Amino acid sequence: MPEAVIELQDVCKRYGKGDRAVEALQGLSLAVPQGSLYGLLGPNGAGKTTTLRILATLLAPSSGTVRVAGLDALADPRGVRERLGYVAQEVALDKILTGRELLQLQGDLYHLPRAERDRRIAELVELLAMGPWIDRRCGTYSGGMRRRLDLASGLLHRPQVLVLDEPTVGLDIESRAAIWQVLQQLRDQGTTVLLSSHYLEEVDALADHLAIIEGGRVIAEGQPAQLKAALGGDRVTLRVREFSDEPEALRVQLLLQGCPGVRQVVVNRAQGYSLNLVVEHDGVVEQLRRQLAEAELPVFALAQSRPSLDDVYLQATGRTLMDAELAVAGSRDAKAERKQAMR
Amino acid sequence: MTSASPSLLSPVAPSAPPRSALADLGQETLALTRRLFLQLLRRPSTLVAGVLQPLIWLVLFGALFAKAPEGLLPDGMSYGRFLGAGVIVFTAFSAALNAGLPVMFDREFGFLNRLLVAPLRSRSSIVLASVLYITSLSLVQSLAIMGTAALLGYGWPGGAGLLLVLVTLLLLVFAVTGLSLGLAFALPGHIELIAVIFVANLPLLFASTALAPISFMPAWLGWLAALNPLTFAIEPIRAAYAGNLSLSALVLQAPYGELSVATCLGVLTALAAGLFLLIRPLLDRKLS
Repeated sequence: MPEAVIELQDVCKRYGKGDRAVEALQGLSLAVPQGSLYGLLGPNGAGKTTTLRILATLLAPSSGTVRVAGLDALADPRGVRERLGYVAQEVALDKILTGRELLQLQGDLYHLPRAERDRRIAELVELLAMGPWIDRRCGTYSGGMRRRLDLASGLLHRPQVLVLDEPTVGLDIESRAAIWQVLQQLRDQGTTVLLSSHYLEEVDALADHLAIIEGGRVIAEGQPAQLKAALGGDRVTLRVREFSDEPEALRVQLLLQGCPGVRQVVVNRAQGYSLNLVVEHDGVVEQLRRQLAEAELPVFALAQSRPSLDDVYLQATGRTLMDAELAVAGSRDAKAERKQAMR
Repeated sequence: MTSASPSLLSPVAPSAPPRSALADLGQETLALTRRLFLQLLRRPSTLVAGVLQPLIWLVLFGALFAKAPEGLLPDGMSYGRFLGAGVIVFTAFSAALNAGLPVMFDREFGFLNRLLVAPLRSRSSIVLASVLYITSLSLVQSLAIMGTAALLGYGWPGGAGLLLVLVTLLLLVFAVTGLSLGLAFALPGHIELIAVIFVANLPLLFASTALAPISFMPAWLGWLAALNPLTFAIEPIRAAYAGNLSLSALVLQAPYGELSVATCLGVLTALAAGLFLLIRPLLDRKLS
């Protein structure tokens, strides 16, 4: 296992005071191996952005230790900033400047000599295909252009660690694929990449390591293939009726728990009391159908699939990532979050 | 997008600092100042409005009080010449009072965070760039007003007088810029900052000796004017226009005593230093 280039140990972060205090991180620990592409997966409000802002030295943790590239982020934040590139979720661009001027400003803030700065900008303009629009004002850019420019800005000083907060949110498929390609190239050439996402397929496709965050804690960690393999067997989603009620779902759960070859039977309340379970081999499904028929229970729908990261998430939390997203969708305070992000 | 060559994306560990801290500070300050000037160049309405507004004051108020009763103003001075110093100071003051707005917008839109994740040698370069920009802008606007006043026949201070005018304006601009930057970090948003600017701007002008001498004011207003920082900038400039360049020259009969040019400049210096000392803990906290 390569040495960890990012290490967070028992990190807590509290916003506000007294009764209105919010515990964004509650003892989060994380170790990101050098040269890996590491995914931080979790629903909105899980603590991903707070974690990344602490790594970028924009926030100080309430307690815990943070080390980046061998440096203590609290004792030597400037050293960390020299070694880390940060691509924020909300892309803040100066609309009046052109993309090139923005990169020049960024290069000067990283104290690159002018010739090196301009050469590096030219390289990144070529790499990220920004040539046709880099000399236009940022205010005219689409979401994809803004993301590419921000990525270039994070890469300008050749950081050892690149941290990206939801890098492909709201992007079209082409822009998303382009950013994925660059991130994979970065990892292949030695940069450690840490990205947060609530897109399962993004983390599954890109990350060679991942951590699932829920409620400000890491609840599962490992390589995606290992995590999925650890679940064992295929995933089955069963609905006995289109709209079951809880007593019926619990009755079916009890029945299935007694079947040989069936494990981890979970009632998914958010999905109309469907049941999620693991079967050890294909023959078990036929056995299930027979048992349900004997109990005079119908089968409205039965879907079988290989384990996915969503199953890993479901196993760890008891709900799917989408359900977790929906659960927090109405409870977030955009004003308070804006205030937290503002200096 | 093109496929990257190995050297293009490979990370590079920072080497020992090849340059001095001062060179780094200079590079980051110049870059931040350049950004503000590029904004001004592409959005010149701030500059134009900053000259136009005092110019309207100069022309309209100059005409309105052109026939002011004799003896109202000291030494038989024309109202236009009297008003000129007030409008010059008002120009610089208004520009400096707006210094916090770009910083506030950077806070609100997250651009400040982009600056703060960079390994700045000193985060005071962000403040320094604002001070450099607003000082240059306010001096250019003030010089434009001085030129126009000269064309209108309200006089010109001459070489040494110009130096006194510039020193006085610099001190005032430093003080007000400090105040505005402090407000930009203390207030929650640009609406609140604009409200403070709106409330402070004209009352401070009217409660100074910009438009009328203290002798013309009721006692309570005279006291306010004699304590108003704008008055401490207006009177030395008025003296410079009158060719009275001695630092010990008395320029104002305040209710609490007589003030010389040196006293006025001393008060402005103390105010500028005091305000920057006052806002320093706030800036340290917000930029840490």
